[in-house]
Amino acid sequence: MNAPLHLWLIPLLPFAGFLINGLFGRRMPKFLVTTVALLAPLGAFLAVLFSVDRVYNIAFAGNGPVRFDNFPIVEALPFSWINIGTLHIDFTFVLDQLSLLMLLVVTGVGFLIHIYSVGYMADDKGYARYFSYLNLFLFFMTVLVLAGNALVMFIGWEGVGLASYLLIGFWFTKDAAANAGKKAFIVNRIGDFGFLIAMFMLLANFGTLTFSEIAAKLAANPAWTGGVLTCIALCLMLGAAGKSAQLPLYVWLPDAMEGPTPVSALIHAATMVTAGVYLLARMHFLFDRSPFALAVIAIIGAATALFAATIALVQTDIKRVLAYSTISQLGYMFLGCGVAAYSAAIFHLMTHAFFKALLFLAAGSVIHGLGGEQDLRKMGGLRKKLPVTFAVTTVGVLAIAGIPPLAGFFSKDAILFAAFQQGTLGKALYFVGLITAALTAFYMFRLWYLTFLGESRAQEHHQHHPTPVSMLAPLVILALLSIVGGWMGIERFATYLAPATGPIANEAGRSQLELYFSIIAVAVAAAGWFIAHNFYKQKPSRPAELAAALPGAYNVLVHKYYVDEFYGAVIVKPLLAFSTYALGWVVDNAILGGLAWLLGGIATFSGALLQRWQSGNLRSYAAWLAAGAAVLLLFLFAPTILGTYGISIAWKGW
Amino acid sequence: MIDQVPISWYLILSATLFVLGVLGFLIKRNLITVFMSIELMLNGVNLSFVTFAHQWHAVKGQIFVFFVMMVAAAEAAVGLAIIIAIFRARATLAVDRIDLMKL
Repeated sequence: MNAPLHLWLIPLLPFAGFLINGLFGRRMPKFLVTTVALLAPLGAFLAVLFSVDRVYNIAFAGNGPVRFDNFPIVEALPFSWINIGTLHIDFTFVLDQLSLLMLLVVTGVGFLIHIYSVGYMADDKGYARYFSYLNLFLFFMTVLVLAGNALVMFIGWEGVGLASYLLIGFWFTKDAAANAGKKAFIVNRIGDFGFLIAMFMLLANFGTLTFSEIAAKLAANPAWTGGVLTCIALCLMLGAAGKSAQLPLYVWLPDAMEGPTPVSALIHAATMVTAGVYLLARMHFLFDRSPFALAVIAIIGAATALFAATIALVQTDIKRVLAYSTISQLGYMFLGCGVAAYSAAIFHLMTHAFFKALLFLAAGSVIHGLGGEQDLRKMGGLRKKLPVTFAVTTVGVLAIAGIPPLAGFFSKDAILFAAFQQGTLGKALYFVGLITAALTAFYMFRLWYLTFLGESRAQEHHQHHPTPVSMLAPLVILALLSIVGGWMGIERFATYLAPATGPIANEAGRSQLELYFSIIAVAVAAAGWFIAHNFYKQKPSRPAELAAALPGAYNVLVHKYYVDEFYGAVIVKPLLAFSTYALGWVVDNAILGGLAWLLGGIATFSGALLQRWQSGNLRSYAAWLAAGAAVLLLFLFAPTILGTYGISIAWKGW
Repeated sequence: MIDQVPISWYLILSATLFVLGVLGFLIKRNLITVFMSIELMLNGVNLSFVTFAHQWHAVKGQIFVFFVMMVAAAEAAVGLAIIIAIFRARATLAVDRIDLMKL
């Protein structure tokens, strides 16, 4: 590379937007707030496109097939960030195939969701605050994606957590929202703890946090496997599981739905929650050396996928269905990483970003249209009222269910296929994934039928809000992306990503076998659709009958396996009790409070004593003065006077 | 003639005057008496200044006396004015009753 790409511009533009709207937004006219809020992500998106253009022009100039030899591009800020002894950490940004793709998704989808928000949040009095948070999120997310070492990534990592907290609790006067924000923050902290420990261990064992240097050291020592690497990998996985809402740290994501719907689309579906998957892909060279950690990741991913999908079957809040669906899809991505098919995981990440953002935004459009109603049981028959939303939701549902030729089919298929090739464990997980695919198709079509088809079940007649163009345009664009997003195909995608994430193993006999797998996957998805059709179209009484027939299973699912209750009883309650009694009563009140009381008491008591001297009576002061003078004179003359009587004394030191 | 009187006598007289002034200041209730006691203390000090000036043939001591007398005169002017003002306001000159500023 000759001329710099000015990668720092990409995060800086949203940050400027955050500053302007955050500091002055309340005093600026609304159109100005909107302009700033939209220009920031648009500028970032254009900067990314500019980078793409520059990089690819140079690649094409070689006249040969498209090559990306000039990746990765490393740009550091022109100063040394941390320089202590042997520890050197610079603020480096790295652009390679992986981060470029993520940037396109983050800024592209992010920009669309900003546009959507203009319509969705139009009447909210926190309009400027909302957009400043949203821009702040983009800033941290781009820092996270561009980071050239783990510490810079950690800044972005924590920052998106902060933005997520602020946006979940955006309507902070609502208790549920404030609590959900806290919950997300605290649960993420557990994951961050893993990330931190992993960084310390990386420093101790590699002496650096720069991804490329760690990769180089690992490449130079092919014998390093397992052991401490497994430990680092598991700690990183804990961090990723926290951010990407995997078992056992997924509990914050469903509650995060208290935030505004576009936030759920951007942060809790398309971008931030995929940061964990991104981390796994970014550090793949490390995970590749630890088969055990990979197996753990794969199992957690598959388990989460199945677990969340079963919960999603019975949820009645449209956003919660989508939230559990997101957890489930993130589980697929973890499964993909766990079977070392990082490019398949990233492929699914990309397509998922498209169709899940689409589904969330469509849900937002439905909620907006119904004046805030989120309960699936009170919807129905919206196909006529919201035709565009109906159309794009259909696309999204087909995409996530894995119906070809929409995006989800290709990426999910790629992950399942990669899983199947990973020995016995992989084959077992493949079937878990397949069952999940059927469940996914079922609950998504359930949502689709309940929302748009049948008769309206709204109790009162809602004032029907028309959907503004600013909300419809992003929906249509995302719908198009959800259709074409997968057409690239996993093989071309993997070839593109290979320099950054390593190739997918087992290429032999691929196409023949994969065809069968595709047919199986589609058949399974179609089965899910068929059952949903049967349940919610043909015999609407059947779900209730089934629930009545299996009350135990139904209750467990409705109560989300009682995980929140379990955590509450096992972790939250003892902690609260410990804080209240041991820390609050004993340490704070008894020990600290007692000490403070004692000190204060001593001061008060001695003050009361000394107070008597300060009577304010001038003559008593004069008396003391005279008495003092008399005592001094006595000291002075005592030896002389006593000397006249033959007694000799002398003051010591005189 | 003055040389026949020992210097200690002057000093004893000076100290006596001063102590009388102090006692008066501490004991008497009437503000005017208190005020006069202060004058007594000043003059006791003046006497010792003059004595030492004579003893050491140093004129500085006598200059100090003039300073003290000047300040005493100024103080008398201000002090008496204050006393009159207080009497007008409170109709009393008992120092113990003039305690408005006390907490």
